[in-house]
Amino acid sequence: MRLLLQRAAFYLFTAWAAITINFFLPRMLKGDPVSAYLQKHQGEISPEAAAALRTLFGLDTNKSLAEQYFDYWGLLFSGDLGRSFSHGLAPVADVIATALPWTVGLVGIATVLSFLIGTTLGTLVGWFRGGAGDVVVPVATFFSAVPYFWMGLIAIAVFATGLGWFPASHAYGKGTTPAFSAEFIGEVIAHGTLPALTVVLASLGGWVLGMRNMMITVLDEDYVTVAQAKGLSRRRVVFAYAARNAVLPQLSSFALALGFIVGGTLVMELVFSYPGVGKLLLDATTAKDYPLMQGLFLVITLTVLVANLLADVAYAALDPRTRQGEA
Amino acid sequence: MTTLELRGLTKRYRVRGSGHMLALDDVDLSITSGRTVALVGQSGSGKSTIAKIITQLERESSGQVLLDGTPIPRRGAGLRKYRQQVRMVFQDPFASLNPYHTVRHHIARPLLLDHVVPRDDVEAEVGRLLEKVRLDPDLAARRPHELSGGQRQRVAIARALASRPALLVADEPVSMLDVSIRLGVLNLLADLQEADGLGVLYITHDLATARHFSDEIVVLHRGVVVERGPADDVILDPQHEYTRALRDASPDPERHFGGGAPVSTSGVRPTPETNGVPSTPEKKERRS
Amino acid sequence: MFTNTKSITGFAILGLFVLLAALADVIAPFGPLEKDYTALKQPPSAAHWLGTTHLGEDVFSQIAYGTRGVLLVGLTAGVLATLVAVIIGVSAGFLPGWRGESLSALSNVFLVLPAIPLMIIVASQYEDPSLLLISAVLAITGWAWGARVLRAQTMSLRNRDFVQAARANGEPLWRIITVEMLPNLTAVIASSFVGTVTAAVLGLTTLAFVGVIPITNLNWGTILYWAQANGAFPDFWWWYVPAGLAIALLGAALSLISFGIDEYVNPRLRSAGVRARTKKRVARKRRAELLAAKRTKGSTE
Repeated sequence: MRLLLQRAAFYLFTAWAAITINFFLPRMLKGDPVSAYLQKHQGEISPEAAAALRTLFGLDTNKSLAEQYFDYWGLLFSGDLGRSFSHGLAPVADVIATALPWTVGLVGIATVLSFLIGTTLGTLVGWFRGGAGDVVVPVATFFSAVPYFWMGLIAIAVFATGLGWFPASHAYGKGTTPAFSAEFIGEVIAHGTLPALTVVLASLGGWVLGMRNMMITVLDEDYVTVAQAKGLSRRRVVFAYAARNAVLPQLSSFALALGFIVGGTLVMELVFSYPGVGKLLLDATTAKDYPLMQGLFLVITLTVLVANLLADVAYAALDPRTRQGEA
Repeated sequence: MTTLELRGLTKRYRVRGSGHMLALDDVDLSITSGRTVALVGQSGSGKSTIAKIITQLERESSGQVLLDGTPIPRRGAGLRKYRQQVRMVFQDPFASLNPYHTVRHHIARPLLLDHVVPRDDVEAEVGRLLEKVRLDPDLAARRPHELSGGQRQRVAIARALASRPALLVADEPVSMLDVSIRLGVLNLLADLQEADGLGVLYITHDLATARHFSDEIVVLHRGVVVERGPADDVILDPQHEYTRALRDASPDPERHFGGGAPVSTSGVRPTPETNGVPSTPEKKERRS
Repeated sequence: MFTNTKSITGFAILGLFVLLAALADVIAPFGPLEKDYTALKQPPSAAHWLGTTHLGEDVFSQIAYGTRGVLLVGLTAGVLATLVAVIIGVSAGFLPGWRGESLSALSNVFLVLPAIPLMIIVASQYEDPSLLLISAVLAITGWAWGARVLRAQTMSLRNRDFVQAARANGEPLWRIITVEMLPNLTAVIASSFVGTVTAAVLGLTTLAFVGVIPITNLNWGTILYWAQANGAFPDFWWWYVPAGLAIALLGAALSLISFGIDEYVNPRLRSAGVRARTKKRVARKRRAELLAAKRTKGSTE
């Protein structure tokens, strides 16, 4: 219970910190492009929308910082993240809402897959240490050092343009309209496979190495030796005794690596022209669409926080000590 | 002649959640130069807490620590001066020496800190101290991991003596060492005590060595002094049930072979049923 | 650590890159932006070892000069991030109560914040960010992991007897931290330095590829940016494959060095193979003994 409260406090604090950083970021940098934009498009923006943008970017110089901060929170609670310059002044929240599911789906599935495959591989390599499996180590080291976006470029060159197995870009065919049909879902899967494969391949190495090292450390523990001496089957010893304990630190590094992975995949979306938040962020950067950039940073951070929370829950479910604590 | 006096010393640890753990309850103790006092008790009895308070690594909750009748200073130059006079030898010589630094560093630091000898003489003084603890002065260049447990503890003793203290707290100085070398280290401590007229607080759970090496024995049980007196009296004629249980629990070869009752297996620990004194000290015991 | 095969390999590769960067003027046959309009998009040849770009620039020369930018920014960011990590991590581990806790909370927040979006947003605000600024941005987003590890290590050191002994000797606090504790943290600090350099190299090349870093700062990411922008994919492989391989190779070299340090700190990882074999033998033997014991017990009953 105590641990649960501690974690809850941590998440609330981090969310608060992220939102506050988001508040100060445009104030520390320069807000002029926004005011210039507002001046240029005076007639097109509704007074309310203009006021919201002023609040977000700290252009209300006649208000105190505390007042601005207060107004800013008010806007967030009403779900108003300003208007996107590059999307015909559509609300930022709406623009992000169309992109977020693509990223969450693709990155989420690919990351979880990568974690599961990598951890299983690492378990086996760790158990058969000193054997042929150790060849995996240098290979995994190399792959974990490859930038995601480059891996994506190579994947497109080889599998899409070269072999023609997968479409090279976008989330679904150009002529298709999104619908809940077999055809559409099939297209989404066909388009998503290559980017997902790239994410899996690029992040797999880290999980393999991490799990291998944890396994080697855990295998020296007495309880593993005792389990072996009891004559338990090898599979039981490996998975029920050794891997079960080795996976806990692996899970906590999973939670911590999420921010890093998400960062890497964002750029990969650019390579695949995948319509997720990463592509949106980069397009916003090129278009100098500051309200959209700010809103995206906030949404991405909060999404990573939620993913962290899920990893935490998984950790608690696997770790008998925390379970006991809650009882 | 230096005397350290603990008066009504009490230490409470805050326990997570609610309540406190009373580690020391109204303990009186005094150490005088030239004499050895053994502080005997099981693990968890509060022995090490006393050592930490004497060296001011921890503060007492209430009570007084007096050096020659005046309360000891708590900070600054005064505290350093106090610490120069009262030094400690830690229990685990594998942990009390910094693995990164040489033997020379460990012994030279107190010499430099307390300006014991002029800077130019530090090297010679390190050698002299090593000889004093019967180590080869050439060991000064070694690092702890190159030494045996006994050698390390001798280095730790040399470090403690470097500032030329009047009093020495030895917190279970041999319990982490091989049985075969324990006596050597204890004899060294006894010789140094005699040669320098040191006052020693010998903290131990071993009644046999306590009796052999000290003038006075103080028995501590769950933070309370249950018995004190001249060493032989306490051992031969214990007044308190707990002391008796402790004595019966220690494997004494004389009793075993000298026709006395053999040590029964149930006697390995003082049993709570027979004497009404709970024997398994729970460090996390709560008393609110 | 320096006798470890992994770290030797890592240092060897890193050394090659350092040489390439230092001697770029000597090794590279052309200037990085020297254009040869008679040889556009040429595959590798004797004259152009790694072919040419759409403007006839020599790809190998670009890689060689680009190494400078990568190493310079990577190392600067690594040093800055490690400094912050040591100051915050060690203080968080040493200071009692709320001060330590809040420093620890701070590093946890920075750990969770997604670094690349933050870097993109900050970097995109500047028209022409300097190398130092880029390094600083990479450092701000990269110090937290090291701080976390250092905090844990410091906390375990703080209660060690040798630190207590130094306190009891009357050593001043700054000396306890710098002389007694810091040397024992060297391996962890080195490991976190290598880690931040790796992350900084990846971050820099990513930012350059995305185009938020000016092209005047030539590095491997810039090469990929130009390749992507000028239709190098998929046919002109010599243009985009070497730069990516260089990033991965440098990253792998840094990881190998870091493994060497890890094995130095955690000896169990060191001779995993040898230990595994003896271990299995021992386990087999123990199992046999246990079985034998069971049998004898069974027969006496």
